[in-house]
Amino acid sequence: MKEALLEINNLCVDYVSANGVARAVNNVSLTIAPGETLGIAGESGCGKSTLAFAITRLHKAPALISEGEIIYNGRDVLKMSDKELRDFRWNDVSIVFQSAMNSLNPVITIGEQLTDVIVAHKRISFKQAAVKAKELLGIVGIHGDRLKSFPHQLSGGMRQRVVIAIALALEPKLIIMDEPTTALDVVVEREILNELYDLKEKFGFSILFISHDLSLMGEIADRIGVMYAGNLIEIGDAKTVFSKPSHPYTKGLIASFPTIHGPKERLYGIPGDPVNLLRLPTGCNFQDRCADCMDICKKEDPLLAELNVDYHAACHKL
Amino acid sequence: MDTTNNPEVVLSVRNMIKDFPIGQSSSKNSYMRAVNDVSFDLRKGEALAIVGESGSGKSTGARVLTRIYEKTGGDIIFKGKPLQQYIDDHGTLEYARQVQMIFQDPFGSLNPVHSIYHHIARPLLIHKRADKKVIDKLVYELLELVGLFPAVETAEKYPHELSGGQRQRVAIARALAVDPEVILADEPISMLDVSVRLGILNLMADLKDKHGISFMYITHDIATARYFAEKTAVMYVGHMVEWGNSDKVTQTPQHPYTQLLLSAVPEAGQSGRRELGAKKGEIPMWKPDTKGCPFSARCPRALDCCNESFPEVTQIADDHFIRCHNI
Repeated sequence: MKEALLEINNLCVDYVSANGVARAVNNVSLTIAPGETLGIAGESGCGKSTLAFAITRLHKAPALISEGEIIYNGRDVLKMSDKELRDFRWNDVSIVFQSAMNSLNPVITIGEQLTDVIVAHKRISFKQAAVKAKELLGIVGIHGDRLKSFPHQLSGGMRQRVVIAIALALEPKLIIMDEPTTALDVVVEREILNELYDLKEKFGFSILFISHDLSLMGEIADRIGVMYAGNLIEIGDAKTVFSKPSHPYTKGLIASFPTIHGPKERLYGIPGDPVNLLRLPTGCNFQDRCADCMDICKKEDPLLAELNVDYHAACHKL
Repeated sequence: MDTTNNPEVVLSVRNMIKDFPIGQSSSKNSYMRAVNDVSFDLRKGEALAIVGESGSGKSTGARVLTRIYEKTGGDIIFKGKPLQQYIDDHGTLEYARQVQMIFQDPFGSLNPVHSIYHHIARPLLIHKRADKKVIDKLVYELLELVGLFPAVETAEKYPHELSGGQRQRVAIARALAVDPEVILADEPISMLDVSVRLGILNLMADLKDKHGISFMYITHDIATARYFAEKTAVMYVGHMVEWGNSDKVTQTPQHPYTQLLLSAVPEAGQSGRRELGAKKGEIPMWKPDTKGCPFSARCPRALDCCNESFPEVTQIADDHFIRCHNI
C-alpha cells in the first residue's frame, strides 16, 4: 500500500446537547491513499457527514472532537494553529457540499465566488484570479461568460459544477464530496460523474466520497467504508464490499436497492428503524435489526477485525 | 389495447392537460403546460409507476387526479363515470374518499400538534366510517395493518416521536382509513432512510396484492418502479413518451429518452466514464402553442418532423407503447 495521504486514528466526535451526549463518530480509523477514491456509505445520521466536517475542522458547536488524530501528510490537523488551518483548508483539502443551492451565495456572482477563493489563498491580483476563474469554469464544462451569472440563473447541475470548480480552484490533493449528486436527476448526475472521472485523471486528487447510494458508490469508489450509528462497521475494496459483504448491515443495505437489470425478486431490506444516538444499546448497535443476533452481541461491542488483507469488518459472527 | 384477462379499469385518464399561468398578462403564451396529452388506465390491484425527472409533470398529474389542481383539459373517468358526473352524483367527499394521496415528505404531511390517533381517527369521522364506540378498535387495526406495533402505544405518540419510516406508515394508514380504491403515492420513499425504503415499498405491494388497492407510484428511481409496479410510464416535460409493462419498458426501452434515463443509472462494478446517448440541450419550457416533441433538441435520432408535431401513440409490442417519430 502506498503512503497514506490522510490517516484518521480513533476519531470520536460528540454532539453535546441538553438531552445528553450523542457520539456521532465513534472510534473511526481509516486511511486514504494518494489518488484513491474512498467511499463512505451509510444512512442519514450515521455520522458520515460529521466525519467529513471533522477532517477539515469545519464542525461547529455543539459538535466536539473528543478523541483521536487526523494526520494529513504527517501533520496533525487537530493540532494546527488557526493560521496553519487556514492554509490547510482548500489548499490541501477542499469540500463539495451536498446542496449547491445552499453552498453558493445567492447575491453575488459565481465569478466573484470563484475569485474570492483564489485571492484569499494566493498572492495574486483580482485580475489574474478572474482569468483563473474563467479557466476553472472551462474545466467543468461551463462557458466563461457565465462568470457574471448569479446562482439562480444556473440549473442545478451547473451549480453543482460551479461548486466542483471552486473545490478545484487551488488544486487540492484531497476533495471531500458530501453527497455531491443527491439532489440531481440521474441524467445530470451521470454528466457530473463523467466530469469527475475526467478531472480525476487530469489532476490525480483523492476523493472522500460520501453517499447513501450504494450502487453509485460501487461504481465510483476504489474502497468503501460503511458506517452505522457512528461506527465504521466494514471497510475494504469496493468490489468485495459490494459483491461479498461480511457485515449483516452491509448485506441488508445492498439488498435494499432493487436493481435495474438482474432478477426481479422480493427483497427484504432491513427490518426496524435506525437507532437513536442518544439511546444506544449495550453491545452491538445493530442488534435489534440483526437476524443473526447472539448473546454476546447484547453485551460487547464488536471491534473492527481484519478478515483479509486491507479488509475489515466489525461483527461477532465473523 | 388488449383486454384479455386484465382486471377492470378503475381510473382512466384521457388527454389530460394542465396549464399554469406565468407572469401577469393573460395572453395564451403566459401559460406553461405542465401536463400535456396524457392518457393511461389504472387497473384494480395494479400499480402504475410514473417515472421522470424533476419538472416532468409527474406530481402535477397526481395532484390533478386528487383535485388539488383543476384540470385544464381532457377527461378523468373514475369507475366508468366522468369525474364531474361522479361528483354530481356522489359528491366531492365520496371521490376524495376513494382516491387518496400519500406525500413525499412525512415530516410535513403530519400535524405536529396532534397525536397519531387523531391523524387516523379524523378521516374515519369525516367520512363517517365508524361511530365513536368502535373507532378505537379501527384505529388500532389500521396501525397494525401498516406494521406499527404496539398499536395502542403508537397511537398515543406524536409525529416527532416517530422515525421517518414510521411516519410514512402513519400516512399510509391514514389513506387506508377511508377504504380507498386508488392511492396516489408521490415519491413516498425518496425522503426516507435507505434501509427503511424497501419496507414501505413492500407494505404498499402487500396492500396492492392482498387488498386490491390500485397504486399510482410517482418516482424518479426507475429501478424501484420496476420492482414495485406492473406498469411503468416514462414522462418528459409533461408528455408520456413510453409506457407499458414495467419489464418491457426497463429491459427493452425503445424511446430515446427512456434509453438515456436507463443508461445514466449508476451501477456497481461499472466504473469509468459512460457516454450518454443524447446531446446536451436545454430542457424546454412547454407552452400551449409549443409544437413538436419535447425531447427533439436532445434526441440523437431526431428527424425534421420532430419539431413539427408530437408523435401519435404506436404500439410496438404487447402492452408496450411509445410516442416517437423515429422508431
